[in-house]
Formats: sequence, C-alpha cells, structure tokens
Amino acid sequence: MTAGGLRLKPTNIADPEYFHKVVDCQYACPAHTPVPEYIRLIAAERYTEAYMVNWESNVFPGVLGRTCDRPCEPACRRGRVEEEPVAICRLKRVAADNKDDITEFLPASGKKNGKKVALVGAGPASLAVARDLAPLGYDLHVYDENAKGGGFMRSQIPSFRLPEAVLDQEVEYITDNKNIATFYSTRIDSLKALLAKDYDAVFIGSGAPKGRDLPDLPGRKEGADNIHIGIDWLGSVAFEHISSVGKKVIVLGGGNTAMDCCRTARRIGGSEVKVIVRSPFADMKASPWEKDDAASEDIPIIDNHVPLEFVIEEGKLVGMRFDRVRAEYDAKGRRKLISTDEEPAFYPCDEVLVAIGQENAFPWIERDIDIEFDKWELPELDTVTYQSSNPKVFFGGDAAFGPENIITAVAQAHQAAISIDLFCQGEKLTKRPGPGVTLVSQKMGIHEWSYDSSVVSDVRYQVPHADKTAALGDRKLEVELGFSKDTGFEEAQRCLNCDVQTVFVEALCIECDACVDICPTECISFVDNAKEPELRDSLRMPAKNLDQDLYVSDKLPTGRIMAKDEDVCLHCGLCAERCPTSAWDMQTFLYQVTKASQI
Amino acid sequence: MSYIRPEFRHPASKTNTSGFTRKDYEGALSTLCAGCGHDSVSNAIIDSCFELGVWPHRVAKISGIGCSSKTPTYFLGKSHGFNSVHGRMPSVATGANMANGEMAYIGVSGDSDTASIGLGQFAHVARRNLNMVYIVENNGCYGLTKGQDSATTDVGSSSKKGDPNPYEAVDLCSMALQLGATFVARSFSGDKEQLVPLIKAAITHNGFAFIDVISPCVTFNNTPASSKGFEFVREHREATGKMDFVPVRSEITTNYEPGFVKEITLHYGSVIHLYKDDKLDCTDRNSALRAIQEHDEKGRILTGLLYVDPDSRDFHKVQQTVKQPLRDLNEEDLCPGARSLNAINASLR
Repeated sequence: MTAGGLRLKPTNIADPEYFHKVVDCQYACPAHTPVPEYIRLIAAERYTEAYMVNWESNVFPGVLGRTCDRPCEPACRRGRVEEEPVAICRLKRVAADNKDDITEFLPASGKKNGKKVALVGAGPASLAVARDLAPLGYDLHVYDENAKGGGFMRSQIPSFRLPEAVLDQEVEYITDNKNIATFYSTRIDSLKALLAKDYDAVFIGSGAPKGRDLPDLPGRKEGADNIHIGIDWLGSVAFEHISSVGKKVIVLGGGNTAMDCCRTARRIGGSEVKVIVRSPFADMKASPWEKDDAASEDIPIIDNHVPLEFVIEEGKLVGMRFDRVRAEYDAKGRRKLISTDEEPAFYPCDEVLVAIGQENAFPWIERDIDIEFDKWELPELDTVTYQSSNPKVFFGGDAAFGPENIITAVAQAHQAAISIDLFCQGEKLTKRPGPGVTLVSQKMGIHEWSYDSSVVSDVRYQVPHADKTAALGDRKLEVELGFSKDTGFEEAQRCLNCDVQTVFVEALCIECDACVDICPTECISFVDNAKEPELRDSLRMPAKNLDQDLYVSDKLPTGRIMAKDEDVCLHCGLCAERCPTSAWDMQTFLYQVTKASQI
Repeated sequence: MSYIRPEFRHPASKTNTSGFTRKDYEGALSTLCAGCGHDSVSNAIIDSCFELGVWPHRVAKISGIGCSSKTPTYFLGKSHGFNSVHGRMPSVATGANMANGEMAYIGVSGDSDTASIGLGQFAHVARRNLNMVYIVENNGCYGLTKGQDSATTDVGSSSKKGDPNPYEAVDLCSMALQLGATFVARSFSGDKEQLVPLIKAAITHNGFAFIDVISPCVTFNNTPASSKGFEFVREHREATGKMDFVPVRSEITTNYEPGFVKEITLHYGSVIHLYKDDKLDCTDRNSALRAIQEHDEKGRILTGLLYVDPDSRDFHKVQQTVKQPLRDLNEEDLCPGARSLNAINASLR
C-alpha cells in the first residue's frame, strides 16, 4: 500500500505478494506452507495429498504437527472474528497420522551431476537442503556426531512430545535417497580439513549447540555434579545416558526448553519439580500451550525470581536462593527487574537444570579460511542467499542467525539449497526464482462453488491427552493423542479458506451495492478516494487494523472507488454470489515458494 | 449449495441506544436476483431502524404482492409482519394501525402493487394520513412476471424486451402530494446516504410518510434505454438540498452558517436539517408539485425530501379514536355500564 499523502492507487493483484499476505497463516509461516490448501484436503479425507503438500513445503509434517512453534496460529484470521484460531498445527498431524505409504511420491535420486556437497549436522536445516538437492543429482554427504539423524529434533524434543518412530520415518524419507550418504557418529572438528576435501560446497547446519550457564553464580562449581545444562541434559536423556533425576528438581528458565526439562524430570524420578523464572509469567518465552501442559503435570511456575546462589551444604547441593523482583517497563516497553528488597527466597532441591537459553558456537571453524565473524561470533552471511564470505560455505538453521525453530530452519534451508545449486552451476546467486503462483476461479454455477464456502461457528476442538498417571510413568508415551479423523474433519471445517480470494474487476461493476449489503462483516465500501488514513476512516466499518491491507479498485463510473478491508473478510463468497455481473469472483490462490528442485 | 450467511459479524460492530446490534435488525437471506435494488432498500431500512434504535418488536412490516413485497422477509426478522393480497397492503396496515397505534408500521410495495391494482387503496390511505411509512420500490416493471412494463414506466423507456412504452406514467409522488400525504420523498436505491435519513425521518413522522424509491430491476429493466436503470438514474438525478436527520435524543452539534440550514421539527422532537435549496420550499405542497414538474420537463429526476407537514394530524387524531391499543382495553373500558349509556342517551334527547 502506498504511504499516506497520496490517494490510493489501485491494488496490483498481479503482484503475488498481495494475495499472499491475505492468506495470513501461510504468510506468517516462515516456510509459507499453503495451509488452507492442505486443510481442504484433510476435510476431503485426502490425507496423503495433504501430507505431501506439507512435505513439499516444510519437509517434516509429522514432527511439526506435534512440535511447531505455530506462528501461523496467532496470525489466523479466525482469531480476529472469534476467540480461537484454527488448530492448524494439530490438523497437520492429522494428515501425517492418517497418510498412506508415501514412498512412491518421494522424488527420485537424480542422475549424478558430478558435484559434491558436504552438510555439517543432520538436523532439520541440513536434511532439508539435502532433500532439495538430491533430485538434481548432487552427491550429498551428511555428517553428524550423533548415532542417528534429526539433530535437535531428536536430542531436545522429548519422546512424550515427539515419538521416535515419527522422527525416524521423516528422517529416512530423506536419507533413503541414493544421492545422500550419511556419516553418523562422525564429528567434524575442523572446517579447514573439510574444505580441503573435494567438495564443491559446504552447508553448515550445526545448530546452536551451546546452552547458557550461570558460571559466576556462587556455588556453581561446588554443586556441579547436580547442576546440568538443560539442552545437554535433554540430549543425554534422549540417548539414554541419563535415566533418573533427584526427587526435588528446580528448572531455571522460561522457554520451551525449560518446559521440556521439567516435564522430562517429572517422568524420570522428579516428584517435586518447579520451574523458577526471572521474568513475570506473561513474559515467558514458552508457548502458552507448553506452559499449560507443564501446569497440568503439577509443575508450579514461580515467576519474578532472580537466582542469587546455589546453596551447598557439606559439599552437596541442597537448594537455591533467589531475589524476589518485580518488573517495570519504560516508555519503550523495555523491561527492568527491580528487587522488592524482601528476604531472599530459598527453595530446596536435589538437582538444578539450567535452561536459560542457547547460543551458537563454532570452535571448529578456523578463523583463517575467509569466513568472517561478527562481534557476537556469528558468521557474516548474506541474508537472502545464506552464503558466507567464503563463497563455498553456506549456513542455515540455528547456525545461521542464532536459535529459532524447526520451521525457520527449513525455510532457510530451501533458500540455501537454491544458492548452493546456483553456485555449483556457476550462476549468479541473485538470480533467484520467483514463487509459483496460480489463481483459479471457483465458480461452478448459481450458489455453487468448488470450495466449501459456508462458515461454521464451531469453537476450536480440544486435542485429547493420554492418561496422566500413565504418561508420567513412561517417558516415551506420547501425551497428546491427536485429533481423530472425525474431529479433524470438524476442525478443518473451521478454516475460512483465506486463499480463496475475492477478485474484483472494476470494468464489470455497476455499483449496485449488492456486495456491500450482503457482506456479513461489512468489509466492502464504495467511497471517494482519499489518502490512506482518511480512506480507512471513511469505510463502512473503519479499517483500524493497519497490518491488514485495503484492496482498492480504480475509479468507477460514479467517480468512487471500491475499497475492501481485508481484515475480517470471511471469504464466504457472498459478495460474488450476490454480484449480478460477476465483478466479484472467488479464485483460489496457490502460492508456492520455489525450491531448488521440483518435489 | 453455499448460500448460507455466516454468523460472524465485524468484531467492532456497535450497539445502539436500545442495546441492539445491527444483526438484530437483519432478516433472512434474500432470494431476489443478485444485484436487485430492493436488497439495497432492505438494507437502508435495517440501517435506519438500527440507527434510530427502534425496538424490533414494536415494528410491523406489511406488504402486498411482487418482488418488492417479498422483501419484508429480508429485514427486521424479529418484527411483526403481514404479507397481504396484491394491492391491499394499505387496508391491512389501516386495520393494524387502528387496532394498535403504538407500533411503527412499515409498508413495502411496488410500482404495480401501488400504481395499478392498488391505486385505489393507495389514494385512500394517503388521504386518511394513516401514521405509517409507505415505501414503493419502483423498478418500472413487473419483475416477478418477467419484466412487462408497469404503470410507472416512463413514455419511451424500454426494458430488456426492447419495445418502448407508449403510455404515460403515473407519478406517485405528485399523486401523493395531491391526495394530502404529509411526508413525500423520492430517492434511489443506489444512494443510501440520501435514503437512510429519509427513512429515519419517515419513521419518526406522525402521519402518512411516502417514499418513492427508484430501485432498478437488474434482470429485466437495467438496459441503457430504460429510465429506471442504474446508469440512467445516476445521470439524470438531481437532489433537493442535502438532508440530515437528528433524532430527538442527540444533541445538535453541527454548526452551519445562519440561513444556510432550514430546521424542521417533527412531532416527537426529532429535527430534519435541510441544507438550503432555493428551488424548493419543503413545507409548501405547491412548491413541491411545481419542482417535480419543472424537473420532469427538463428530463431530470428530482430526489430528496419534497414535502413535509410538521403539524400533521394522523388518522387516529382525526378520528378521535382511543389512544390505547385495543388489546389493552379491559371489560370496564369496553362495557362502561348502564349509567354511561343513560348519559349518552340523555345527551341525545
């Protein structure tokens, strides 16, 4: 949209990004998975196809259907017209749980093209790069220090959230490709040495493996035997190096790792597990549903407590002392934790798990191989191509710009794979392919659309959980059971089909107002053109949500323009239904991020 | 089949002074042709009632036969309604109004329902100054029977079939003025900015409020050669001064130059603000008739408020009928007893 000051120009719907933004969930997804597209397939019980739409885009639908951070859900339009968004993440799992054998749809290993690429780490980023490049005939060597692939998806996500079988299957869909060779239990200690081999390019997807510690807190050294770094501890549990924990456990931190730590501790011997966090409860980084799950497993979350010391008695950790604080926010919203000057709080414990963040660490990358690092010791990368200052070396996932999540790693991997392909083929890295876009009318006849346009009023369906006693007794028993097919269908019906776009052709409009009159959410207005702020105020319902665009037409015969506020359009199709001249039409918009290879 | 209206409304939808949202004034989904002007009129009625804060259960919708007369189903779904016989809406409205003068009556009719089969009924309800809103959704054709010319089709105008109409048209506004209607207006379905304040003023007016709304028939009479199509009306329309309706409860905050605005106070204290228009004095019946004639001669359609009598005395007043609704009268009121009868008889001796 144009900046204020000028009258609005007609919206350029030929620009794929305009309609892409209307599909809020897809737009918010780092990998831009076509969400409504696969939700419709689920509603049609076409689970395998729904899975493949996901697999093409996000590579790990079964994993993400259980563990994704779900940036799509807060963006979901449904959350703007009622209480709760569509349970997008859980629907993805419905597709994964009910798919048939998909091996026949997996891409063939392409004819060898003579180029070799090394990939460091077998986490989501490297695996996604390998998947994208394998059909093109690259010889892909994946290195990982662990005995199995999956990276942090395996070491940090507990089995009660992500069963091993699901992860194994999705890793194998990739690594079964003949162009991919895995070198597990093989640690890369020197990038220089790796570069000395005859690789045409190297991709680094080694994650952010260093958990933050509290090295200077009194008692840290003395209590070391019973103080663990959260991510390392989770990894040790996952690979079964650790199988028990003390009865009283304190978990420090307020992110999802802290939630995984405390819930894991509950399952392997911790009967009194507490999460103690510096910040107020509302500011915690953990996803709300993860906090809920912890609470339902009798784990209290004590907020506004800043660690003061590990209390050691007779050489053994017996508890921790905390300063009680309150949060104050300045005008810019920056938080300051102010001591309440009360007596420090003491909590007894047998073990402490420190889950206060993680960071990148590249001790194995020499500093004399043309890879520039910034002052935070992060590699200097091109934010579009993910190429480092050494043109042969590419980064992606947490290794690139610090800890994010699986879906972000996958999104970056797709771009890195394109860059690696362009680089190996001697093309310019800036010559990147645009998205694949289709826009197809859904009109079949009077009152008939080829999408299910009716808008149901159902509230969000709840996912059933396993019996609590059983779940707490078995570290590997999955807690969330997923939607049944029936519930999956009902939940899928809640999707508003935001990808079925309202397309307006001004040459056909006779300004009869039928669309204005029928629109249930009063999105459409015919008004005089003006500067954007005035125009937004002049609409039938003022367009207050500035994150949402206005769709405006060119001048109509009366001199007015059509202005549609995209904010709460239900995509019900009634405007097109009531339009006598088909100036409105409902057209399905499919936006696909182009990958290095056609999957 | 996708023709179902979602339950969701705009989350910022407001509540009116009576505690209702706009949704409370909606009706069933329209089954008229897509783009029908009548749907816009229905929505103008919804907007008017919502903005006025009328109680839906204190409104009765009455209609005759035709596309227009189907529309009361599509607005005010929580109000009373009677879909009567062709051209007989005024009789039913009269009966209802006599039985209960405390309700608001909205009559919806069409050009044939009013100007052909119902012409006699229309004349007499106007003469009697029945307290009601009488809206004609005037599309200049018989839409429900495939678009034959109606009594309001202008000479020379032709519908989809293409034959120019040879007969003179009935001008309902002029007729209403001559018959003594105390509120007369003309408007256009495609101009809610004008139509909504007119309907609000009409509902508030104490007496017969007539609005002739040109409402194009998209299916049969929206051709370039038709004088009731969107394009023709937009090109040939002129408005009397712009009008605002100020309900009695609200404070008057607008500030116009003195002499620029004419204020007309209606029966219950609501005010119509008329922006000055030299050509027309809205409180003068003859001025209104002349203005309509003059515009017609120039081939222009005059819209807006044409005439209002702020001192209107409605049918109840003229008839000196009982103020209470009949259903509230008890046995004592209805049978006052021998003493009262004797008194009446004595007064006649």
